[in-house]
Amino acid sequence: MLSVMRNVIARDLTLAWRRRADVFVSVLFFVIVASLFPLGIGPEPKLLRVIGPGVVWVAALLASMLALSRLFADDYADGTLEQMLIGATPLSMIVIAKVFAHWIAANLPLVLIAPLLGLQFGLPADALAVLALALALGTPSLSLIGAIGAALTLGLRGGGVLLALLVLPLYAPVLILGSLAVEATATGMTAQPYLLLLAAMSLAALSLAPWAIAAALRISYE
Amino acid sequence: MPSANLQNESASFNWFKYASPQAFFPLAGAIAPWFAAFAAVLFVVGLYIGFFVAPTDAQQGESYRIIFIHVPAAWMSMVIYLAMAFWAGIGLAFNTRLSGMMASALAPTGAWFTFIALWTGALWGRPTWGTWWVWDARLTSELLLLFLYFGFMALQAAIDDPRRADKAGAVLALVGVINIPIIYFSVQWWNTLHQGSSVSLKSAPTMAATMFTGMMVMVFACWAYAIAAALWRVRCIILERELRTDWVRAYLGKQT
Repeated sequence: MLSVMRNVIARDLTLAWRRRADVFVSVLFFVIVASLFPLGIGPEPKLLRVIGPGVVWVAALLASMLALSRLFADDYADGTLEQMLIGATPLSMIVIAKVFAHWIAANLPLVLIAPLLGLQFGLPADALAVLALALALGTPSLSLIGAIGAALTLGLRGGGVLLALLVLPLYAPVLILGSLAVEATATGMTAQPYLLLLAAMSLAALSLAPWAIAAALRISYE
Repeated sequence: MPSANLQNESASFNWFKYASPQAFFPLAGAIAPWFAAFAAVLFVVGLYIGFFVAPTDAQQGESYRIIFIHVPAAWMSMVIYLAMAFWAGIGLAFNTRLSGMMASALAPTGAWFTFIALWTGALWGRPTWGTWWVWDARLTSELLLLFLYFGFMALQAAIDDPRRADKAGAVLALVGVINIPIIYFSVQWWNTLHQGSSVSLKSAPTMAATMFTGMMVMVFACWAYAIAAALWRVRCIILERELRTDWVRAYLGKQT
């Protein structure tokens, strides 16, 4: 079972590496969305410092969501997913491997580039570190919850917009806790409780979401 | 032991009979008008108590009277989501067709109650808080609940095969049910950090007895309305989905 999971991770990462452009598009989207806010709101540094954590988190949420449609679509189109469904390895395990690989390819770059965006918004250094940490702890639950939506909307018309409608309300807690963590650090308080809650949510999602994703995939193939 | 089972079935009333859409259809048709009548009477009584009997509030004057619609609607919005997720879960677990139909029949009613709760909340907020909308914990989580309803209905609408729509909706409804408490608490923490509880429903004075009676009557009226509406809607869904069966053809032939 573990070797299958390893193979799936290696395969998906190889595929992602061969299509590096997709990853760059995601990251660029993230940077552009976050850079649009100062243009719309104005260059006032004090204001930007206040809205910075929230803007970066919302941009990360959207970038992470846009990447979701790639998670199962290709495997669905070429029949690989069907093989995974009828194989001996539990589907939820394969799903964990796929979401993990997807997280590395689609969300880890966001985590790494986020401090740069935080700098644009004038966040202090310790808040930048917390921003990266909060994203690292929070984005796994985004990928896991989002994967449920991606599996449910597999092969549906208007899948992309529908996915946003399904997934974004469920993202609200992560957004709230994530930006609270950064905000708390920026205003001189401790971010620890928020970081712990983000980690707890990711762990809860890791234990529950794979079942829902597997069930959703099976429904899509009926 | 098939013989024992058979005996059991004939001896006692068999509830599972009504898991079949064909058997449930006439039952729903028989019950729904009663609940509708019940709802109509309770609405009239409840609104009479609310608007004419209940005393004027010392702090909020007459504007508080929207509570008689607002609070029942808010409660129903949550209860119906739970009921919807319950039926969706049953449908997923036991593969019963009617459960899925029931879940999709409940969704629009739930969404309406959520909308009414938000709308009346805004109307109530204007005279008492001086603003249409506050990013209060309850308002925000109610808004997210409305989005969850919309997501459920949009997902079902996007899938042509009704059985797949039922199951996909069921997974989404169950995920939503797990998420609702998380959403509620996270919104509450978020709110307490951002602003003090300058506006809070908790500071309202303890309720007069007639106010409470009026509100409870309205709550029961909303329950009865929701049941009647869901039953009527599930009858339509049954007819649509079972259109190819003989009994539906016979039923429709009798109607025209």
